[in-house]
Amino acid sequence: MGSILRFRKLWYLGPVRCSPLELQSFENREVDKEDEGVAPKVESVVVDKKREQKKRNKRQPKEWRCIDYCCWIIGYLCTTWWLLFFVYHCLPATLPGFQVPESPGTRLKSEGLSALHPVVLVPGIVTGGLELWEGRPCAEGLFRKRLWGGSFAEIFKRPFCWLEHLSLHNETGLDPPGIRVRAVPGLVAADYFAPGYFVWAVLIENLAKIGYEGKNLHMAAYDWRLSFQNTEIRDQALSRLKSKIEVMYVTNGYKKVVVVPHSMGVLYFLHFLKWVESPPPIGGGGGPGWCARHIQAVMNIGPAFLGVPKAVSNIFSAEGKDVAFIRYNVQGLREKFANCVLHTYFTVFLSRAMAPGVFDSEILGLRTLEHLLRVSRTWDSTVSLLPKGGETIWGNLDWSPEEGHGCDFTTKGEAHASGNSVNNVNQSRGLEVKDLVKYGRIISFGKAVSQLPSSQLPNIDPKQEFSCSSATNFSSLCGEVWTEYDEMSRERVQKIAKTNCYTAITLFDLLRCVAPKMMQRAEAHFSHGISENLDDPKYAHYRYWSNPLETKLPNAPDMEIYCLYGVGIPTERAYVYKSSPADKCKHIPFRIDSSADGDEGSCLNSGVYFVDGDESVPVISAGFMCAKGWRGGTRFNPSGMATYIREYKHKAPASLLEGRGTESGAHVDIMGNVALIEDVLRVAAGSTGKEIGGEK
Amino acid sequence: MPPIRRKKAPETDKNSGSDSGTRKGDDEEEKDKQKNNSKKKETTKAKKVKEKSKWSCVDSCCWLIGCICVTWWVLLFLYKAMPASFPQYVTEAITGPLPDSPGVKLRKEGLKVKHPVVFVPGIVTGGLELWEGRQCADGLFRKRLWGGTFGEVYKRPLCWVEHMSLDNESGLDPPGIRVRRVPGLVAADYFAPGYFVWAVLIANLACIGYEEKNMYMAAYDWRISFQNTEVRDQSLSEIKSKIELMVATSGGKKAVILPHSMGALYFLHFMKWVEAPAPMGGGGGPDWCSKHIKAVMNIAGPFLGVPKAVAGLFSAEAKDIAVARAIAPGFLDNDMFRLQTLQHVMKMTRTWDSTMSMIPKGGDTIWGDLDWSPEEGYVPSKRRQRNNDTELARQNATGSLGSQSKRIYYGRMISFGKDIAEAASSEIELLDFQDAIKGNTVANTTCRDVWTEYHDMGIEGIRAVAEHKVFSAGSVIDLLQFVAPKMMARGSAHFSYGIADNLDDPKYKHYKFWSNPLETRLPNAPDMEIFSLYGVGIPTERAYVYELSPSAECNIPFQISTSADGEDEDSCLKDGVYTVDGDETVPVLSAGFMCAKGWRGKTRFNPSGIRTYVREYDHSPPTNLLEGRGTQSGAHVDIMGNFALIEDVMRVVAGATGEDLGGNRVYSDIFKWSENIKLHL
Repeated sequence: MGSILRFRKLWYLGPVRCSPLELQSFENREVDKEDEGVAPKVESVVVDKKREQKKRNKRQPKEWRCIDYCCWIIGYLCTTWWLLFFVYHCLPATLPGFQVPESPGTRLKSEGLSALHPVVLVPGIVTGGLELWEGRPCAEGLFRKRLWGGSFAEIFKRPFCWLEHLSLHNETGLDPPGIRVRAVPGLVAADYFAPGYFVWAVLIENLAKIGYEGKNLHMAAYDWRLSFQNTEIRDQALSRLKSKIEVMYVTNGYKKVVVVPHSMGVLYFLHFLKWVESPPPIGGGGGPGWCARHIQAVMNIGPAFLGVPKAVSNIFSAEGKDVAFIRYNVQGLREKFANCVLHTYFTVFLSRAMAPGVFDSEILGLRTLEHLLRVSRTWDSTVSLLPKGGETIWGNLDWSPEEGHGCDFTTKGEAHASGNSVNNVNQSRGLEVKDLVKYGRIISFGKAVSQLPSSQLPNIDPKQEFSCSSATNFSSLCGEVWTEYDEMSRERVQKIAKTNCYTAITLFDLLRCVAPKMMQRAEAHFSHGISENLDDPKYAHYRYWSNPLETKLPNAPDMEIYCLYGVGIPTERAYVYKSSPADKCKHIPFRIDSSADGDEGSCLNSGVYFVDGDESVPVISAGFMCAKGWRGGTRFNPSGMATYIREYKHKAPASLLEGRGTESGAHVDIMGNVALIEDVLRVAAGSTGKEIGGEK
Repeated sequence: MPPIRRKKAPETDKNSGSDSGTRKGDDEEEKDKQKNNSKKKETTKAKKVKEKSKWSCVDSCCWLIGCICVTWWVLLFLYKAMPASFPQYVTEAITGPLPDSPGVKLRKEGLKVKHPVVFVPGIVTGGLELWEGRQCADGLFRKRLWGGTFGEVYKRPLCWVEHMSLDNESGLDPPGIRVRRVPGLVAADYFAPGYFVWAVLIANLACIGYEEKNMYMAAYDWRISFQNTEVRDQSLSEIKSKIELMVATSGGKKAVILPHSMGALYFLHFMKWVEAPAPMGGGGGPDWCSKHIKAVMNIAGPFLGVPKAVAGLFSAEAKDIAVARAIAPGFLDNDMFRLQTLQHVMKMTRTWDSTMSMIPKGGDTIWGDLDWSPEEGYVPSKRRQRNNDTELARQNATGSLGSQSKRIYYGRMISFGKDIAEAASSEIELLDFQDAIKGNTVANTTCRDVWTEYHDMGIEGIRAVAEHKVFSAGSVIDLLQFVAPKMMARGSAHFSYGIADNLDDPKYKHYKFWSNPLETRLPNAPDMEIFSLYGVGIPTERAYVYELSPSAECNIPFQISTSADGEDEDSCLKDGVYTVDGDETVPVLSAGFMCAKGWRGKTRFNPSGIRTYVREYDHSPPTNLLEGRGTQSGAHVDIMGNFALIEDVMRVVAGATGEDLGGNRVYSDIFKWSENIKLHL
């Protein structure tokens, strides 16, 4: 009773007197009040009230108070929610009137397609789940629970512990002592990334419709943080994949396997193709005919053959378009939050987007971005996604292959509706009206620099610049959140910013200077050049295996290679940077200059130049090898296996009900694209590239 | 001030506006009064007046729900915010510090990952998921039908039964339905949430460095016969290649196999299959096993079958169900919901070929005939425990007591009526039931929807079966053949229950003999070791007393006679079931005989002299509820959490041999009983 009375007192806005005589004083005040106003009537009124009160007490035993009111609201909401929930569950799966379009699997089944070739799915970076096998005391109770993928609940519960367990060892690129985080095996590894967010699930379901099941469908899950060769050294992932393919080949009546890699899985599988035919100490010892014997087709989805520029900005400053954008729109953050989480979650480096709200605020002392930078720098695999082929592919200071690309994506939506002519107009307009966008300059400091003709650039030889003198290690202050930037002196940061422009080649010098340890580790595993002479014995080393420009495809003339990717979404291609203004140990010293905007409809937006692509991988990276590098019998493809390009025009989902759309071209959402699924199904059921229509 | 006044003063103040009619005068007074007060107060008052008029029954309901919700959320929040080790603290505070888990203990001793490990789950424990289904199973694609929460059983039971059943003729998928095993460690780590099967063992192995790459769960569809898992899913080929791969990638270290329950028979089948030539077998060559397998550690393996399987096939009931029927007779027998649960269950389980692999093998030679059984003189463990003496004294006590007590004819696996079960064999006249005419199907139109094969039998057949009175292990098979001809026709193509006279007979090359240890030779692998690890000390079903069920034709015509109890409390006969020592499912004899005698030394079943070890784990129930299912349990599934067993397993996978473990470890009379069995070796 006492507590109720006290509560009521607050309600009456009475003066709070924190004395032991609280109740007493309250009563007194109450009586006083009555005495003041209507003194003569008080007695009778009180008696009356007593009588009334008795009656009312029967009807209304409880008082209507603030807390009741709250409870009432909550109860009301809960009930409504439950009711809706119940109704939702009771509804038949297909509402009358809401016509679910027939899935490609069902349609093709009625056409008579059935499972023929076994299918191997190779997931890309980030989408595969990781689970804990051994951890520090802080991770107690998480044994065999997912750290990556699933609900990500642990990030919020114990963020530091989570980061610690996901990092790899800084020197070896393998497990830190006492921690074992391993890939989740099986189809569950990457069917859904988070609850409700499909990756492979739609494809799997459609494959099942035409008769696929566990015995002829395999998910080659691997630990995507490691360099490719290390997955074999530590987990024997490549050996397991090899043995699995062999078993499936034999048990399914000697039918060759169709491989469907996605994103970075493409590079991983390229590595596998070379590995499996190499002799045993570093290779799989399958002999030179292994691929020809076991593999029917490789259907690369959203392939990042030549790398993605996004990887550069990620390694350089742990930010991409999404993060820069978030920072730029702090005020709109709340509204954007849901969107950002959904959209950025699944772009190639989504880790940044996990908790956008905490990025810049040091309120919690978290310094999220720095932590993320540190963690993701221990992941060797990110290096595999750096742009490959140098200036020959990605363009130099003055030239780039995409020159003349009109990036008026706002009008482009209509453009592909009204056909090619408009597109051409767009293109020509891009040529006439705008300055040439110099995509070749992947990183430039300042917007002006990014647009100057090369003759006006200050001519500094970056090579000399980066004879990086041993750094003066001055920031012991920042030891807690150690990133390699702390070892770099301020002067060097200045120097880097002065150099102004970096192309795909000088970029590596830059990264080597900025993140020496990581590059040193990773360059033992990856190479990003173009080979002059593929017969050079050095190319037998595994570091060249995942670079399509430095390996030959296996000798398998019957094999087919497909490049399936989405187009029609602006994709990051080059960045405008600035030195971040903050003091010496607080921040990563470079920032994307999010204030650098072009005109309306220009390719430059928030400091990022865009080209056509699927939101993560630019068209040139995804398509070049199939379009030219491997077409016919080139030196990269000596046996002349057939290559096919199939592009899927992005079309945003018409309504929210459609979810992520059945015609999407985005990097991950394309896995739900009906046309793509149909192509995959047809090939799995025995069609060749010609039969499904060749190029598209 | 009097308390009543104190209570009311404020309330009157607030309630004054609720009855607008009668209390108008008061209201005005109130308002006059309020004019003196601040304006803010006035507005709140007005608002409150409005709210008060809404107070009704619905509101109180909402209020109540709101309160509950809030409390719930607060508790949930507290629970989530609770440190993970909190329950452990509580447990330790109450029961004293827990012993180190074997994994932690052995890691301190310096044990390291060495041999790759293969788990072979048993019947029922493996998960099954849907790959293709009928209309009614919409939205269940790749969801678990078996294992997990079993949510679908309650939501759409008939649909569930339909999808879990196999084709009655072929024993494979019905058209349009594909239910497949869940692959990977998740298949059988937990059966249902919180009910571990392999999880504890996996966690302990992980402590000494095991992970996905050197642990493998050989999940298979446990509903279909062993050879069909290869025909349909290529499961055996998968296991073969996986073992080869693991042996290769872990530097030539041979694999240690851990089959549980029916998995022991499955792996026996595998060992024969893998060395058999290619069309029917795996084509691994005659020394595949000796090259790839270091040890087979059978956990509670029912090598010679389990009597439970008979009751399950005969009348879809085991002790558990029989007891449930005794307790709540109205529920299982009434057809109020037209569910006819038991019949549905029976129909479903009868399509599962694998259940037939567990029918007792070896006939009367092993399980005893009408007069004799190997366990004769066994006294239930309760009595043993009461004689709280030393081991030796206990042995003596059991001997003497056993001779005093009445003879129990365990050999009579099914008897109709208690008196028959106890009568001397000369008093029983055996009628030949197989000649009885299977009467015309009686009134089966009414029960057509729940079709079981009993309807084909007719009254005559049923009566003939009941009049035969007694069935021993050998004749039980005849009985089943009579009662369920279709099922047995399917089953006898895949399984065999006899004893081989001459193992060189070429007919034993057929795969139906591969899972019967009495009709196959072990592979030629002298370095391999075979362990039998099982729990003892729990009464286990061994023989049944049946009766004709009284009700109409639609029911299963036989049921366990739950009224048949022994005279005294400690009798082996309880609720119509005779029990012996075992692990609650598998009697000691079935789990231990092969390792204790059948394979010991060089016998004709074990020509290369593979070493065998029997290790028993005496059951002691968890001391309190906090311990969960106990760390010293001997029960069929709970034994997978038994610390002693886990320690043994871990020592072997880390390189120890059977001798290093200490050889045999026996609590029951398995060796004595084995000697009773006159089997030519």
